Amino acid sequence: MHVADKVIEIIVREQHLDPNVVKLDSTFAELGIDSLDGVNILFALEEEFKIDIPDSVAQNMRGVRQVVDSLTRVLEGQDISDLVAMAKSDTQVAAS
Amino acid sequence: MRRVVITGVGVLASTGKDPESFITNLIEGRSAIRRIEQFDPSSLSVQIAAEIPDYCASDYFPQKRLDLVDRFTEFGLIAARQAMASSGLEVKETEQPRFGVVMGSGMGGAQTYEVGYSSLYAKGATRVHPFTIPKSMHNAATSQICMEFGAQGPSLATSTACSSSGHAVGTAFHHIRFNLADIMLAGGSESPITFGIMRFWESVRVMATGNGDPSHACRPFSADREGLVLGEGGAVLVLEELEHAKRRGANVYAELAGYGLSSDAGHITQPTVDGPVRAICMALNEAGLNPEEIDYVNAHGTGTRLNDTTETQVLKKAFGDHARKLAVSSTKSMHGHAMGATGALELAATVLAMQKGVIPPTANYTAPDPECDLDYVPNQAREAPIRAAISNSFAFGGLNAVLLVRRLE
Repeated sequence: MHVADKVIEIIVREQHLDPNVVKLDSTFAELGIDSLDGVNILFALEEEFKIDIPDSVAQNMRGVRQVVDSLTRVLEGQDISDLVAMAKSDTQVAAS
Repeated sequence: MRRVVITGVGVLASTGKDPESFITNLIEGRSAIRRIEQFDPSSLSVQIAAEIPDYCASDYFPQKRLDLVDRFTEFGLIAARQAMASSGLEVKETEQPRFGVVMGSGMGGAQTYEVGYSSLYAKGATRVHPFTIPKSMHNAATSQICMEFGAQGPSLATSTACSSSGHAVGTAFHHIRFNLADIMLAGGSESPITFGIMRFWESVRVMATGNGDPSHACRPFSADREGLVLGEGGAVLVLEELEHAKRRGANVYAELAGYGLSSDAGHITQPTVDGPVRAICMALNEAGLNPEEIDYVNAHGTGTRLNDTTETQVLKKAFGDHARKLAVSSTKSMHGHAMGATGALELAATVLAMQKGVIPPTANYTAPDPECDLDYVPNQAREAPIRAAISNSFAFGGLNAVLLVRRLE
């Protein structure tokens, strides 16, 4: 199964949502997913794919596509240090 | 001094899933103690408990809500809903900052801890579910009830073992009495029937062992007494300032008139006589009642050798000659020892008994013990008007709570 399909399936399952509502371009805000829900979804993804998603990346996921993109790169064993760096700079912007 | 009345009652217990069935079963002397069904207890030496029969969480909550609550929080929420419904209260937005919640629990989200630890230690998991903390924290029931009913006033959770919800109700009572709030939801909830906790309790060697005859296992104050038997459940009362209740024409169950609390400062498990006596005297003093004005005592009455003789001595010392005229019963003989929920459950039993004018019995009483020589209302309920009553909670750790209710004149 494609990563995107699996991510959507897990979001639907964990949030008890109508499968037709969750699209690749849906934002967490649109889906009513708050930060605690987000942590739960990440946990489910980590369990499903047997991977670790770094906290710094996790904190900056705001929508389905971001989750799919990050997850795809982790799964392909790609270096995600640029994502981590981007997350850090986002945090700095938010903090300033 | 502001006065406080009870205007709503909610109960989810092994002996009844609503106040009416709860008190009816207690009056009829029906024990809910049975073989444990939540898990296979075959490897335990104690295989009995007072579980809520046929409890199905999804009858009460959508799945999304259940993801975030432990069983003890479910019990608290269900009891709170019943209590609010029975009170007929509609809290206005302007009243929300004067509306609070205090719930007691001895063990908090014990089931959630157990699932988390077993996945870590037994199954070798490297991470646990991210809801483990928000589900297991001891204040989860209080917070979830606040959220559901918009209670924005003084709110907290108490944890004093078997006295937890006695202290919760007492604290909430004082919040209103001392003008911090006008309406409080107060009570307790507990779900201690897990494999691990049963093992922990077994090791203390205070558990009744009547696996072959569960409904007669818990025999408080009897010569052949045994206790304790673990129970589960939740109970919540709506406490309201008297004038507030009068203005809206509320149905008043009883006046909550006194609260006493004390510490034995003696032994971590053995009770003293003087600690509980001080708590009883403090409650009488706050209510402005003489010992002779108390008709009924809902005893702590766990059924252990030590508790029941000590509690008998406590009543004699606190009430003097009047102790022999008191009706004393332990409803734990039927609903088991629901730990942090038990004080509120027993206060609910006391208030409902007062309304009906029927004193629930001590079930399973077989023969008098020379060291327990008061009137324990053995086996048969008794029709008798109750003018005023106390409900005792004496905990491991020696922290005592006594609540005094009387009919509103």
